[in-house]
Amino acid sequence: MNLTTQHEGSTLVVSVDEPRIDAAVAIRFKDRFREVTTGWRGRILLDLGRVAFIDSSGLGAIVAVLKQLEEGQTMELASLQPNVDRVFRLTRMDTVFAIHDTIPDAVRDHAD
Amino acid sequence: MRTEIGGQTPDRPPRRLSREIRFSFSSTPEAVRRALATVMDGLDTLGLDELEAGAVELVLAEVLNNVVEHAYGSGAVGWIQVTCGHDPSGLRMTIRDRGAPMPDGQLPLQRLAEPRSVASDIPEGGFGWFIIRDLARDIEYRREDGVNILGFRMAVGLPMLRN
Repeated sequence: MNLTTQHEGSTLVVSVDEPRIDAAVAIRFKDRFREVTTGWRGRILLDLGRVAFIDSSGLGAIVAVLKQLEEGQTMELASLQPNVDRVFRLTRMDTVFAIHDTIPDAVRDHAD
Repeated sequence: MRTEIGGQTPDRPPRRLSREIRFSFSSTPEAVRRALATVMDGLDTLGLDELEAGAVELVLAEVLNNVVEHAYGSGAVGWIQVTCGHDPSGLRMTIRDRGAPMPDGQLPLQRLAEPRSVASDIPEGGFGWFIIRDLARDIEYRREDGVNILGFRMAVGLPMLRN
């Protein structure tokens, strides 16, 4: 499970460099996310732009990392592809997460 | 409310599967991944759009994940067979396994928990059957000679309606 990080102002952008977050990688996603975000204070933006497919296990993993954020961390999502976006809407998880169309949108919204 | 699966494609020519898809594999998450890729490759000739193909892959993934995690359970590995045919009403899929039967011999009726504002109360699971019931049609389950047989229809790859 490849996750890469980049700083955009006061935001830590965590990009998922995989086409799928599914049952086969859900646990690795959770572990890796914690590795790359541990000790960070502030906003985390999960960039899903390269993820074309997510199943309920992958969705559960994203919810799990939201629930396990450290003190002082917040998490938002950006760049959902159509089939990923549908899973969030179908399960109403779009009401739980702040979701941005693009990374620049998300960074700009935060600056305002 | 049920979710409409794909966009309108009024000029789509009639397409067919070159032949019925049927194969079996073992109940591991990696084998499920490969099985999904095999089915999606096999459906290529139908020319499904992105949302149609994604719905088929998602429902099949949820069904197969349930077999791996519940019918067989952790530690056990067993046989799974997928069959997929196409007719004017869409794709007809059948999944067979020799794992434990559904609880009470019935399909789970899964409702979505209300989203919570307190993070610790948000459910991490329980979405699978909700997704299946939303996107699939004509879902049927029976058990025969120790085999679970789950059938459903995906309303995709439909012929163009003519006036």
